[in-house]
Amino acid sequence: MSYLARRLIRAVLLLIGVSALCFLFTEMAPGTFFDEMRLNPQISPETISALRSHYGLDQPLLLRYGRWVKSALHADFGYSIAYNVPVAPLLWSRAKNTLLLTTTALLLTWLISVPLGVWAASMRGGLLDKAVTLLSSFLVSVPELVIAVGLLAAAVRWRILRVGGMMSVDFDGLSTWGKLQDILFHLALPALILVLCETAIIVRHVRASVLEVLDAPYIQAACGFGIKPGRVLFRHVLPVAANTAISLLGFSLAGLLSGSMLVEAVFGWPGLGPLMLEATLSRDLYLVIGGIMFSSLFTLGGGLIADIMLLASDPRIRREGSDAQ
Amino acid sequence: MRNKTAILVAALTGLHLILLLAGFVAPYDPAAQNRELPYAPPTRLRFEDATGFHLRPFVYASTRVLVGDQAGSYQEDRTRAYPVRFMVRGSTYKLLGLHEAFVHLFGVAEPARILILGTDGYGRDEFSRVLFGGQISVAAGITATFIALLAGGILGSVAGYYGRWIDESLMGVTELFLSLPWLYFLLGVRAFLPLHLSALRTFFLLTGVIGLIGWARPARLVRGIVLSSRNHNYILAARGFGGSDFYILRRHIMPKALGVLITQAALLVPQYIAAEVTLSFFGLGVSEPVPSWGNMLSALEQYSVLVSYGWLLAPAGALIITSVLYGYLADALHSG
Repeated sequence: MSYLARRLIRAVLLLIGVSALCFLFTEMAPGTFFDEMRLNPQISPETISALRSHYGLDQPLLLRYGRWVKSALHADFGYSIAYNVPVAPLLWSRAKNTLLLTTTALLLTWLISVPLGVWAASMRGGLLDKAVTLLSSFLVSVPELVIAVGLLAAAVRWRILRVGGMMSVDFDGLSTWGKLQDILFHLALPALILVLCETAIIVRHVRASVLEVLDAPYIQAACGFGIKPGRVLFRHVLPVAANTAISLLGFSLAGLLSGSMLVEAVFGWPGLGPLMLEATLSRDLYLVIGGIMFSSLFTLGGGLIADIMLLASDPRIRREGSDAQ
Repeated sequence: MRNKTAILVAALTGLHLILLLAGFVAPYDPAAQNRELPYAPPTRLRFEDATGFHLRPFVYASTRVLVGDQAGSYQEDRTRAYPVRFMVRGSTYKLLGLHEAFVHLFGVAEPARILILGTDGYGRDEFSRVLFGGQISVAAGITATFIALLAGGILGSVAGYYGRWIDESLMGVTELFLSLPWLYFLLGVRAFLPLHLSALRTFFLLTGVIGLIGWARPARLVRGIVLSSRNHNYILAARGFGGSDFYILRRHIMPKALGVLITQAALLVPQYIAAEVTLSFFGLGVSEPVPSWGNMLSALEQYSVLVSYGWLLAPAGALIITSVLYGYLADALHSG
């Protein structure tokens, strides 16, 4: 229990660190949201300075940070200047779309990559193993942006699936079933890209960790005792090899909010990614900080969940945890 | 394995040499616009005409035919052949940024043009732009990697060597950096920098930011190595002979970390090239008229361009080649 408590305290400290880092960067930044306004002759300098003080941007750094922390504790995370609403509800309304995309991709990825990795490892040197190794080492190297643009080009040219956004123009007129279908068609391509990129990474790790256990002496001993290969694999190899997979699952969960940003921006999926991009371009500073905080929250949460699962699945770590007390 | 590494290193050296000598290899000036030739398709190299087969390839000049107010199509003028010549005079460029030169590897006589990868919307030669854009993108990747490894190496070895509170606090900071969603953070940091800058300043700001965000992982790796070798007998002996901390780190510990750092470099370079390309793709990186693979690809954000002018995907192809070569090299180094 104290192991988890320590992890939790560490996570909170990290969150404080991330927010402090963000505020330090804003302090060093030369430009502000109002720079564009300043070029507009219709807006007087007095209006701009009034706006600045309205949003508290003329206050010293520590005071601003203090006010922001207070607002974060109220679950507002500051105020977006461009949208004129609290940051958290705005982020959450977009985060729902992102989560729809990324959870679909995550489930598919894990359903595909774990069996594939285990299968490839159990037939080491076979045709399937070679194909998986070759394909995954290629896919791992190709940047996500290239895969996204390439598949987008193919989809647009041959008119397969629906691209751009999350819903068609006539979405409101569709029946419930039609709406579901429409979203699914829009979801397919961005999800496919995420699955391709993630699967390549996870298959490699799963395969490597299973192979490592397969080479261990006690597995050879188990085979020597005449235990059937299937039972050796499922009873003796997989529980040990699961540690790597669980840590990886932590990373996958961590990327639920931030991992799909690129794909979202390319496909115009109305998630967190395009919002962050806009906020960056317009220097909507609290929105940017809020986005970073939100996704760091997920990163830390993912790590924490992985820790809990490791604790539950591996007695060795449990013992270490209690030893350290 | 060693053989594979050698082949990959040779291929990468060749690639970088081509990019380095972009001015010589490229037939045209990457910034020269030609309003007569927007979205011209790649020129076909021909070997056969009415008089028979020629060993030296040639091209036909093509002109744009306007159909109504459509973008028009291109038609070849088959009356005269323009043979491809090597070491021809062309536009002046600076070789390696120093030496003024005007000789190009290949070219054809005007008015014909040899457009290996067609032209973009402003009639600029895509092949020349891919080469010059590669200079920017790959240089950005390498510079950022250098910064990340330098910062990571120094901080990691300090943490591992001195231990105790220095180690504790530095590793706390690495954990902070590792838990940041890096693309978000990169965007965030970019948000706080001025948007419109000269290409050179953007380049250095960008590489600096990418490198400084990425120092954490190499720092942890180096720390591990330093920590494990700190109490070896030969280190203790060196210290007994009065070797200074810096001397011991430089002479006895760094050589051990070098292999890990090189493998890291092979991993990080393509990652950071992709980072630069991504930022430029979103209009946050190196901006026109200076080409980079990222801002060239951003022309494809319009679906109509994406569908009709497939050759504009060329920077993506170049990026794939570079990334895959680096990726395989990292694999070979890691396992060999």
